[in-house]
Amino acid sequence: MGVSERDRCLLAAVAGGLPFVRRPFAAIGERCGMDEEEVIARLRRMLATGVIRRFGIVVRHRALGYRANAMVVFDVPDADVRQKALRLCDLPFVTLCYRRRRRPPLWPYNLFCMIHGRERGRVERLAEEAARFAGIAHLPRAALFSRRCFVQRGARYEPPLALPEAEVR
Amino acid sequence: MMDATDRALLRELQAGVAAVPRPFAPIAQKLGIDEAEVVRRLERMREDGRLGRFGPLFDAEQLGGAVALCAMAVPPERFTEVAALVKSFPEVAHNYERTGRFNMWFVLAVLDPEAIPRVVADIERDTGLSVLLLPKLEEYRLELRFEP
Repeated sequence: MGVSERDRCLLAAVAGGLPFVRRPFAAIGERCGMDEEEVIARLRRMLATGVIRRFGIVVRHRALGYRANAMVVFDVPDADVRQKALRLCDLPFVTLCYRRRRRPPLWPYNLFCMIHGRERGRVERLAEEAARFAGIAHLPRAALFSRRCFVQRGARYEPPLALPEAEVR
Repeated sequence: MMDATDRALLRELQAGVAAVPRPFAPIAQKLGIDEAEVVRRLERMREDGRLGRFGPLFDAEQLGGAVALCAMAVPPERFTEVAALVKSFPEVAHNYERTGRFNMWFVLAVLDPEAIPRVVADIERDTGLSVLLLPKLEEYRLELRFEP
């Protein structure tokens, strides 16, 4: 989609985050020489075209006690994967769901989802529940829990690519 | 510590705010507090480390960039050394440990999609380990909301 130079300037200004003030878009405008109206108009257009998915806060889920976070992966026949994935998405505790390329023989799994929780045993039960609900409990599956984190940064590029905080972890 | 109002604020704001001059006004009204208090509570939660950034969630692909998930099976005795090598690449946006044979995972975020195979090859050369590149073929959900 078309992203103009002025849009890029605005994206760079908002990428580091907005201040918590009553009129955050006016504050952002001051950083890149635009008035509030122009900031809002440009952001709305980028929301409409999908360049920006949404505008909001990112909670630090670990600080809220979400320490048992599993990437649950399945090996689902390609013909069924979409339908099974959409079933998984009906479950409120499935936060991310993607189809990815397999790398046989090392990595046979093609359906990925994330289940974030506060307690490991509970997340394991939810993974089992999700598999049954989607009708894939009989298929090969693995749950990989996240442990230490070494790098977590938004982005340093121009224009910046901010990643959702918990993209996979 | 968080009280019921803080939790309600987090619940509301994770859904996103509208691009309007006073985005916190409707939330303040809904919770029966004034805007100044919304702003003060958010600032406090950011200082406490419960909140990350307040801003746009971009779609990297729409911006012409690319994001790639990768995994490596790292021998436990080499883990710290390999983590430092991986971290030294500016294209690495996340790098973390998971349970299982493929115990190191990282996400590459680049502006030029053609950089992905080059960075993967450089990481393989520097670490002497194979990288599993697991490109996304279809996205069904990206819904990062947490019950506070």
